[in-house]
This record gives sequence, C-alpha cells and structure tokens, in this order.
Amino acid sequence: MSGQSQRLNVVPTVTMLGAMKARLVGATRGHALLKKKSDALTVQFRQILKKIVSTKESMGEIMKTSSFALTEVKYVAGDSIKHSVLENVKNASLKVRSKQENIAGVKLPKFEYFTEGETKNDLTGLARGGQQVQQCRAAYVKAIEVLVELASLQTSFLTLDEAIKTTNRRVNALENVVKPRLENTIIYIKAELDELEREDFFRLKKIQGYKKRAIEKQVASAKQFAEEQSAEKVSLQQGISISSAHNLLSAAAHKDEDIIF
Amino acid sequence: MAGRAQIPNKSSALIAMIADEDTVTGFLMAGVGNVDLRRKTNYLIVDSKTTVKAIEDAFKEFTTREDIAIVLISQYVANMIRFLVDSYNNPIPAILEIPSKDHPYDPAHDSVLSRVKYLFSTESVASGRR
Repeated sequence: MSGQSQRLNVVPTVTMLGAMKARLVGATRGHALLKKKSDALTVQFRQILKKIVSTKESMGEIMKTSSFALTEVKYVAGDSIKHSVLENVKNASLKVRSKQENIAGVKLPKFEYFTEGETKNDLTGLARGGQQVQQCRAAYVKAIEVLVELASLQTSFLTLDEAIKTTNRRVNALENVVKPRLENTIIYIKAELDELEREDFFRLKKIQGYKKRAIEKQVASAKQFAEEQSAEKVSLQQGISISSAHNLLSAAAHKDEDIIF
Repeated sequence: MAGRAQIPNKSSALIAMIADEDTVTGFLMAGVGNVDLRRKTNYLIVDSKTTVKAIEDAFKEFTTREDIAIVLISQYVANMIRFLVDSYNNPIPAILEIPSKDHPYDPAHDSVLSRVKYLFSTESVASGRR
C-alpha cells in the first residue's frame, strides 16, 4: 500500500509543523477515546447477545403455555369464541412505549408495554369459560411482556451492531490512515526545514568567506601601499626614484652575466 | 448520525401481527388489536387461502407504518417471505419471529438469531439454549 508515502499536501513551514503536531495530538486522543467507546459497546453487545439467546428460549416456553391456554378456552367456550374476539377489536388497550437509553453515546431504544383503558372484551366468555378466558388473556399478556423485552433487545442488538461497525471503522481509519499521514507530513516538514536550514547555513558561510577574502585583500593592498610609500620616501631622500632604482637593478641583472652578485 | 435510523420517542405505539388465526386470537384477547377509522387492522390472519403477495403487502405496510413499534410474525409465515425479512434491517419497527402452535420453533431460521450465532461462538449459543 502507499501508506508510507502518503502525506498531506502542505507548505513546509514552522506554522504548518505546529498545526500538524496539534492535529496529530488530536487524532491520537480521538483514537484512544473511540477505542474506549468501541470496547464499551462491545461489552454491552455481548451482554445483549446472551440475553437474546436466553429470552428467545423462554419465549418458546411462554408461547407454548399461552397456546395451551387458548386451547383450553376453545374447549370450554367453544370454537366460536374466536369470532367474538375478532369482531370485538376496536382500539388497542395494550400498547408499547419507547424510551431511549444512552450507552456510550449510542441511543438504544427500549420498549415497554402498558395498558390503556379497560379491556373491551371483558364480557367475552361470559356464558361459558370466563375463567379460562381470563387465564388465557393473562398468559398472552405475559407473552407480550417477554416479546416486548425481546423486541427491545433485538433492536438494541441491531443498533449496537451498526454503531460498533461505525466506531471500528473510525478507529481503523484514524489508526491506519489519518495518523500515518500526519506523521509522514510532520517528517516531511521537518526534513524540509532541516534542508532549508542547511542551505541557509551554507549560504552564510559562503558569504562570510567572501567577506573575509575581501578584507584580506584590502589589508594586503593597504600594506603594499604603505610599503611603497615608505620606499618612495627613502628613495626620495637618496635622490633616486624608486622606479629608476628598479630599472637599474633589472638592467644590471640583464647586462652582466659574469657578475655573480 | 448519518446511517442510523432515528428512534422515534413516541408515547404509544402498536404491536402488529402476521400470524395464524389462533395466535392472533390469543394476542387480540390480550388487547393488542387495533382497528382504525378506515377499518384497517394492525394484524393479518394467515390461513391456507392467504397468498404470499398479501403477506408481503402486509409486511411492507406494517414496517412502514409510523405507529407500529413491533411486528410479530409467525415463523412459518416469515419463512414464506424470508427474503423480505432478511433484507429488512431497520431497528424500528422490530421484527420478531414467534413460534406458532402447529409449527415448532426453529432457531436456525431466525434472521436475528442466525446473526447472533454468527457473531457468538457456536458452543456458547448451544450451551445458552440447552
């Protein structure tokens, strides 16, 4: 993968370096927090999984009981009771209320059932099997209780599943994309700044060298000038110009080869 | 958050049912049945004459209705429209597969339980059920 070579497209300046470092700190902190959140959610998730399995099991049991209660009702009150039940449906007296539960910033729905008003078919089975009808109703209300619990568990399961996936995706993105990219950018900026510094240093050295040489030259020429001047003074005192003395010397050097000194 | 469905915080919601006559009768006795002004019910009785199309329509209607929080569906009915049940993955309304009287409950078919099993290690699910 191109993870190593990836970096943000920035101008390598000290300000940018500071900004990048701040972003890296932020990313690291965010990563740690998200990791914690993911862990918390996973713990919750495991609990819910366990509960779902056990509730599903008890649901089977309860549905069996309530079916049996219904069969009793049918036996006692006759098969026609279901028609009177089906006909008597008007408004739901048993309803569901949903609340929100907050787990590590994830809103989980929680259902709870409640009865509203009186049950309409109180007179059902008045002629025959009233007790069985009441028992059957109680059994089914119990079943509803379990089912509602199961529903909230299941909904939490789906929501948490989604939330964990999202959180893990973010954790991984921060860990594997954002952080390396920021680190690479910081390395790049540092290298670039070092390069600039070296360049600057070299340039300064070079300039210093030039200046030194210029000063030396000046000093040398000043010395020469002073020497020449002093030589001139001496020659003027002796009545010979320094140039003629020069000529004399060079002429002498050329003419007489016998002269050794 | 973007991908997540909003959880409605309503004070009251209904429980819808798609099941055989006996199961529906039982739950109606408990008082979950509701008939609105247009004579629309929150339950569907599935018998031998009910078409798969009708079940599909009812399922779609119940899952899109605003006032329904939980949809109870008999497992054998859910098996008829398995593709719909499996592709449905919104948190609200919650789909619950319930056993019916003459069809024993098979946990392997449950779309949620199969996911649970997939996530859990198999032995812990088995030990949890036994």
